[in-house]
Amino acid sequence: MLKVSHLQARVDGKMILNGLDLEVKAGEVHAIMGPNGSGKSTFANVLAGHEAFEVTGGTVEFDGKNLLEMEPEERAWAGIFLAFQYPVEIPGVGNTYFLRMALNSIRKARGQEELDSVAFMKVLREKVKLLKLRDDLLKRPLNEGFSGGEKKRNEILQMALLEPKLAILDETDSGLDIDALKIVADGVNTLRDGTRSVIVVTHYQRLLDYIVPDYTHVLYKGKIVKSGGKELALELEEKGYGWIQESHAA
Amino acid sequence: MTSSTETIHELANQKYKYGFVTDIETDSVPAGLSEDIIRLISAKKQEPEWLLEWRLKAYRHWRTMVEPRWPKVDYPSIDFDQIVYYSAPKQRPKLDSLDEVDPELLKTFEKLGIPLEEQKRLTGVAVDVVFDSVSVATSFKDKLGELGVIFCSMSEAVREHPELVRKYLGTVVPYTDNFYAALNSAVFSDGSFCYIPKGVRCPMELSTYFRINAAGTGQFERTLLVAEDSSYVSYLEGCTAPQRDENQLHAAVVELIALDNAQIKYSTVQNWYPGNEEGKGGIYNFVTKRGICAGVNSKISWTQVETGSAITWKYPSCVLKGDGSVGEFYSVALTNHFQQADTGTKMIHLGKNTSSTIVSKGISAGKGQNTYRGLVRIAKSATHARNYTQCDSMLIGDRCGAHTFPYIEVNNNSSQVEHEATTSKIGEDQLFYCRQRGLSEEDAVSLIVNGFCKEVFRELPMEFAVEAQKLLGISLEGSVG
Ligand SMILES: Nc1ncnc2c1ncn2[C@@H]1O[C@H](COP(=O)(O)OP(=O)(O)OP(=O)(O)O)[C@@H](O)[C@H]1O
Ligand SMILES: [Mg+2]
Repeated sequence: MLKVSHLQARVDGKMILNGLDLEVKAGEVHAIMGPNGSGKSTFANVLAGHEAFEVTGGTVEFDGKNLLEMEPEERAWAGIFLAFQYPVEIPGVGNTYFLRMALNSIRKARGQEELDSVAFMKVLREKVKLLKLRDDLLKRPLNEGFSGGEKKRNEILQMALLEPKLAILDETDSGLDIDALKIVADGVNTLRDGTRSVIVVTHYQRLLDYIVPDYTHVLYKGKIVKSGGKELALELEEKGYGWIQESHAA
Repeated sequence: MTSSTETIHELANQKYKYGFVTDIETDSVPAGLSEDIIRLISAKKQEPEWLLEWRLKAYRHWRTMVEPRWPKVDYPSIDFDQIVYYSAPKQRPKLDSLDEVDPELLKTFEKLGIPLEEQKRLTGVAVDVVFDSVSVATSFKDKLGELGVIFCSMSEAVREHPELVRKYLGTVVPYTDNFYAALNSAVFSDGSFCYIPKGVRCPMELSTYFRINAAGTGQFERTLLVAEDSSYVSYLEGCTAPQRDENQLHAAVVELIALDNAQIKYSTVQNWYPGNEEGKGGIYNFVTKRGICAGVNSKISWTQVETGSAITWKYPSCVLKGDGSVGEFYSVALTNHFQQADTGTKMIHLGKNTSSTIVSKGISAGKGQNTYRGLVRIAKSATHARNYTQCDSMLIGDRCGAHTFPYIEVNNNSSQVEHEATTSKIGEDQLFYCRQRGLSEEDAVSLIVNGFCKEVFRELPMEFAVEAQKLLGISLEGSVG
């Protein structure tokens, strides 16, 4: 589904990604871990098409298409979803209104019928129930004044609604209480139907107890330097990144 | 990237030109202004002597004044001798069906969600008998008549209700007020008159659309609105559909009078032709709007959405004379391409316990220049007066500008004046967030800008608000990418 080869990217003239390779097949869950500043969010943003990051080399193929040539919205239409590490606030724009606009934009681009507000509310109610979200968050302006955890849950609500083919979760677990963590994991696991794929960026093994990955990778200085199964996460939790950095430097 | 809005305007404008070039004017006075021309205008309108005298006084005063240059707008001098100051209301060329209307213009209407019958009216297509706007207007008029509400053209008011017009005309905006107000007083062609009797709550939004003989509002419009004790009225001016006119200069005057416990809500959507992408053409809109809260606990609210005109120069103001009276000003002004807007308000606190609220949202895109200019004056007599001002600017791109000139004069130390101002650039991260969720770039910009303007749109009557939101989106097309 996703094939990243030798990806290089920079921001403000500074190289951040230095030849990143990764292949994600349909139905797989990949965890990406790595020290602060190693380029995890940069990678996620490059996949989603953020223009601040300049791709200077390598290729990214998604469902057989050249992802790097696509506009951010075209990538969304194709089924890529990024749950942001720091979701932005958009004052004055109602959350529900935004959700419906997002869903309908994607439906329209895929040639599906747009949902009227009654039909939409029905779908939304289901997802909200599933994620145990407070109703008032739907009425408020998008992310404005939401607590850190509420913002993250709201990202998962969007994901549940948009049902992406490839979901990229950038530290969605940071700042979540233990109940919320389970709910978020449930949200992700509901997506796992053998065809959809997930990339989970996290610092903590704990999330991976609930979302069990097929593969774990360590991103260091803009490269995947180690890959393994779910046990690699446990090892990292125990030993930290020092041993990898040493072996990588050697 | 060429903006489709501009293309629409250009095409529409051509259409318009053709329409009018063939429509030879039969009833107009020679260009330029003199006492004779004013006598001629007054005679053609069969006006009473007092009104002619008033026009002449205004004209003589205007002769002593110079064109103001203090607004932060830039345009070539206007040659006042080239202007034709009177022509009889023009007959729009009648078309048989919407098929004959420029398809680009129809697309704009569609985007705005303007109903078919309304589209026909705007483009001059003959309207079905059942939906005839005149008959609609007549039934409205009957209903208003039962309540004693007067709503008619200014010319009709001068004929039918001279005592009311004479009592109030020029009492809020005297002809000595400013250059354009003086000019308007001398030559005003027509406009609207509205009178709400004591204790009457006007049951519908009054819009010039429903006024019979609304055709040909002309370049020097004059509006007078009087709300008697404990009455209420909501008045709508303008429309979201693109409006074109061969007159480049528009200098209107609007006067509002609210007596004891009366409330006036005045909403405007202004979408005059803004000129093309290079900044050629476009309307100069120099307007004087002022209301007086003459009675105790009276209230005047101005809400405006300004997206059109090449140059906008406009400060809807409130004189808060009655004790406990309230003035409000909610404004969205958008400038794109080469548009310039210098707009804001004046809140003059005279009475005790008077309060005012100012919420101004300026959006600049392209090379647009947007200036907020506001005055809050608390007179010595205005004990415990309060003002709250919030003035936000949003920039789209880096070739546009936003400027803020708040003037505050406080002469009474029991008063409270608060001022907040912000300037923000439309965030790259906000845009990216929206696009990541599947919104096109244009939809994303329009969504963010509409969110920014929420506090103002909330003040508009429902359908107007919906149209205004769409209008903002259309006016912003081509502002990014
Ligand atoms: N817009 C930017 N301008 C300059 N430097 C940037 C920018 N964005 C990211 N960087 C730098 O790129 C490097 C990688 O950042 P990135 O956010 O991808 O790290 P990360 O692996 O997600 O870290 P964390 O675990 O702390 O979230 C950092 O050194 C960061 O400072
Ligand atoms: Mg990060």
